[in-house]
Amino acid sequence: MDMINCTINGTPVSVPAGTTILEAARTIGIEIPTLCYMKGRNEIGACRICVVEVTGARTLVAACVMPVSEGMEIKTRSDRVLKARKRTLELIMSNHNCECLACDRSENCELQTLARNFGVDFDTYKGEKTEVELDESSPALVRDDSKCILCRRCVAACRSQTGVIGANNRGFDTTIGCAFEMKLADVACVNCGQCIEACPVGALVEKDQIAEIFEAINDPSKVVVVQTAPAVRAAIAEGFGKPIGTMGKGKMVAALRRLGFDKVFDTNFSADLTILEEGTELITRVKNGGKLPLITSCSPGWIKYCETYFPDFLDNLSTCKSPQQMFGATLKSWWAKKNNIDPKNIVSVSIMPCTAKKFEVGREEMSVDGFADVDYALTTRELVKMIKRAGLQWDNLPDEEFDSPLGEGTGAAVIFGTTGGVMEAALRTAVDVLSGQDNAEVDYKEVRGMDGIKEASYTVGSLTLNVAVASGLENAKKVLEAVRNGEKNYHFIEIMCCPGGCINGGGQPIQPNWVRDTVDVRGLRAGVLYQEDLDLPERKSHKNSAVMDIVYKEFFGEPNSHTAHKYLHTHYVDRSSTVK
Amino acid sequence: MKTWAELQAIKADVNANVFAASAPGEYRVLVGLATCGIAAGAMPVYDAFKEAAAGNPKCKVGQVGCIGMCQYEPIVEVIEGGKRTTYVKMDAEKAARVYQEHILGGQVVTDYLLVENGITCNSLEDTTFYKLQKRIALRNCGIIDPENIDEYIARDGYAALYKVITEMSSEDVVNVILDSGLRGRGGAGFPTGKKWSFAAVQQAPQKFVCCNADEGDPGAFMDRSVLEGDPHALLEAMTIAGKAIGATQGYIYVRAEYPVAVKRLNIAIKQAKEYGLLGDNILGTDFCFDIGIRLGAGAFVCGEETALMTSIEGKRGEPRPRPPFPAVKGLFQSPTILNNVETYANVAQIILNGASWFSSMGTEKSKGTKVFALGGKINNTGLVEVPMGTTLRTVVEQIGGGIPNGKKFKAAQTGGPSGGCIPAEHFDVEIDYDNLIAIGSMMGSGGLIVMDEDNCMVDIAKFFLDFTVDESCGKCTPCRIGTRRLYELLEKITSGEGEPSDIDELEALAAHIKDNSLCGLGQTAPNPILSTLRYFRDEYEAHINDKKCPSHVCRDLLTFTIDPEKCVGCTKCARNCPANAISGAVKEPHVIDHDKCVQCSVCMQNCAFGAITKD
Repeated sequence: MDMINCTINGTPVSVPAGTTILEAARTIGIEIPTLCYMKGRNEIGACRICVVEVTGARTLVAACVMPVSEGMEIKTRSDRVLKARKRTLELIMSNHNCECLACDRSENCELQTLARNFGVDFDTYKGEKTEVELDESSPALVRDDSKCILCRRCVAACRSQTGVIGANNRGFDTTIGCAFEMKLADVACVNCGQCIEACPVGALVEKDQIAEIFEAINDPSKVVVVQTAPAVRAAIAEGFGKPIGTMGKGKMVAALRRLGFDKVFDTNFSADLTILEEGTELITRVKNGGKLPLITSCSPGWIKYCETYFPDFLDNLSTCKSPQQMFGATLKSWWAKKNNIDPKNIVSVSIMPCTAKKFEVGREEMSVDGFADVDYALTTRELVKMIKRAGLQWDNLPDEEFDSPLGEGTGAAVIFGTTGGVMEAALRTAVDVLSGQDNAEVDYKEVRGMDGIKEASYTVGSLTLNVAVASGLENAKKVLEAVRNGEKNYHFIEIMCCPGGCINGGGQPIQPNWVRDTVDVRGLRAGVLYQEDLDLPERKSHKNSAVMDIVYKEFFGEPNSHTAHKYLHTHYVDRSSTVK
Repeated sequence: MKTWAELQAIKADVNANVFAASAPGEYRVLVGLATCGIAAGAMPVYDAFKEAAAGNPKCKVGQVGCIGMCQYEPIVEVIEGGKRTTYVKMDAEKAARVYQEHILGGQVVTDYLLVENGITCNSLEDTTFYKLQKRIALRNCGIIDPENIDEYIARDGYAALYKVITEMSSEDVVNVILDSGLRGRGGAGFPTGKKWSFAAVQQAPQKFVCCNADEGDPGAFMDRSVLEGDPHALLEAMTIAGKAIGATQGYIYVRAEYPVAVKRLNIAIKQAKEYGLLGDNILGTDFCFDIGIRLGAGAFVCGEETALMTSIEGKRGEPRPRPPFPAVKGLFQSPTILNNVETYANVAQIILNGASWFSSMGTEKSKGTKVFALGGKINNTGLVEVPMGTTLRTVVEQIGGGIPNGKKFKAAQTGGPSGGCIPAEHFDVEIDYDNLIAIGSMMGSGGLIVMDEDNCMVDIAKFFLDFTVDESCGKCTPCRIGTRRLYELLEKITSGEGEPSDIDELEALAAHIKDNSLCGLGQTAPNPILSTLRYFRDEYEAHINDKKCPSHVCRDLLTFTIDPEKCVGCTKCARNCPANAISGAVKEPHVIDHDKCVQCSVCMQNCAFGAITKD
């Protein structure tokens, strides 16, 4: 590989040809500040915060997009550079809604950090601000363009998903939004929240429902029950300043109890339930010549995408509700009856790594006998805020266990939180069922890892199962198109809306971009789940005693039974008219 | 499909029977039907001649493109034998008279001839306006029918392409353009041959030749005139460029606001394809080159090369960072050259006449000619082409006929919103790329707006900045927000709210925008402010320190006063004042209440006694 030699602030640097100044500076421990840059995803040189001085260049150059060249002399902290960055920040501030004190992103805002680091003067420029409208139409997201700095990171993040946002108008009137100024609720937005994760400021946040939860908790007539998705434990500690990859389960459970939830359960329980239902569905379809490939249905962002762009695949979708909804349905039926509680007094709350879950809980199909399975879906970030609002000191919390019996889950369930996890969990059960043995081998490493598309074939007895795993909607699209045009033949496909799966969901704690560029955030979070999988006594869903010995025996009978169908299965809606 | 021999026969035929043609008593009537002519009413004139001459074998009526003298439109040329007569400011009635008296009667209608400096000129060619010009890019404009390929061929059209295809290698072509010293006529003046050579050496399965016909500077219409008057010159040059760099596809990015140009380009493309001069197997060889038209939606920034290519790709027209440069990765990630219309309009002539012919014209580093659109406070508003190195004074005073109403020259703005003002002290500057840069302006695409003593230079800066604020794409911070803040500072100054520190802030912010913006639009947007500050700082200071606009333009700074000596108390001013700011008894001097006055100047316009002054 051709190496290029240059100097940065006088220090010699040798990097491969094509390396940008920004990346070259990283090799010697200099993080050039950025706002619009996302490595490999948004390299547009728009914000101009990363400008550096290059000897001989007519103007300052954007370090994020300028490749180094032989002999280049770069200054990243000259007077000219520092003054330019400060002035650009002051220009941004002059058109920014600086209500920082109560902003959702205060203390985790890339603009605020830079403003502080550069000592910006808020009064340098006073003038008109761009006219904007608040978009609160979506059930999951709120877009506040008064805080938008037009870095376009959300646009880039969305482009890999559905691409429903872009720049409208031009010049000073430019705003980011949907085409023709439509509202998010009226376009094909799947509520994945990847735009929130990409936003450096507070222009994009989830629809906050914390107040409603505290109200319910403080209402003595309500039984408030919470479930937490597997991916939440892998990231929640980041919300309290802990390193990425810190397991937060025990403290999280303790915090939920101290917040006043009457019961603290685990979505892992219903993830195992899902494997029983979906695994049975798969085996039935394979054996009886049913519609294949079967495609997973855990991810509500993916489901809305399929309903909108690939309605011809609706019959391929598993009829299983997502684990969140299965949990809620079980809670308000079997658990309510068992504990002699009127389901109308139960407030079913979920903590999810996801913003699309807020949409899912409101779907008409997601209720039984007039009771919504889940009443509120909160994000990991909202739980962090609740804990802070209640004054609970994370470091001082003990490690506690989930309540029984709906807090029981296996290792198969916990890996649902990362791409490939549902597939691996299903394989563990399917192989045992088809072979009639308790197989010792439970690791299906071909479907692990952060690749956007993974494929594998497994032979079980006389049956060969071709499987694929996709995460991120651009990858989902590729897989579906390959299936549609006959290039690929699969039996089973796992699709997760967010790149990397739920550990990287749109409801997770937000890491600044320079961290995302330099640290394997997804891999570290996934590692937490794979470790719990190893640590748990049972690693196969059909070994979950609460599922097998209690809930099926007492209520559902057997997988895919009539009762199971009533509570645990659903149907889908063709939404393709939105995009026609 | 025509063979070269057939094309030569067409050339001979048109020259013999159309151009040189007419024996005494045989007439050609040419009506200028470019957008400017049509807007001035040339269609009824054309129709009138057509109708009158119907069935007259001795009178042929045709259309031509822009002749260049805007204020004389509609313009009609009558050719008899070798003799040209130019009629100006025509209408249908005048056309009927010209037909009767001149074409049927053989008598020139002197009433409709052009009068320049008190001298009646029989033809355009007799005018100083025309004599001091050197027409290369505009050589066919106003001469040929732009919708007739035969007339282009008769004027050596497509001979350069034939030469390139049959006699020259790609390197030869690039070298001729390189040696000619031709520089881009669209703004920055990058050497055209160098640009072509960069793209020529790239190894790629596909390359593109693009033309920037998205002329967007306020008051600039050089390219439109070429497109409307000589579209084949562009097609021929782009095809030559295709051969030079190894491209088989070209795109003309033309603004949708130029419908006549688009129509004529489409006709030209169709005709060129019919003759085998465009498309597959050009002139029977294995060289293939096609040209498509892409319409711009009216964004100034799409004149910036990367934004233009992004727009052709069907995306929002926004610039992207360079490198990679278009010659390496341009349109659809392929090597691409982009030149503007006027640059291309020189190419065929350079090929035919040689590099040294072209480089013999102009100055040391700026060869050939430059087309300017003269506008503003000048007598001959119009389109002129002069050798590089012609002085600004010659262009304004001689070709442009000076400034109306005996006013004094104050400055000329070149380079449009990216350029700057050239003050009277540099009136004798020899116009070329480097000289203009040295005095704080730039060549730009060729808009040349003349200002006299009645123009406020702060107001001029504000005008251009208003344009760039409006046209900023909004991608990068300094241009999106910075230009807006600059504009707000200018508004503050022109409304009388300016503070002495504002000038420092203007300079600091202007420098910041130049140094930090993503593309050329932002990097040059502050130029009108910087150049007016450089030469007319006293005007800024007067606005700020004295709260006065020395040119009496900025309304908020005007004070209207009634001279009691001159006022006869007719009450007309008071009756017409929309703000009820004037009081006084009949036949007594009136008084203006300055707290109520909105500086609309209605009183001044209504005073028959010159009793009201503004300061």
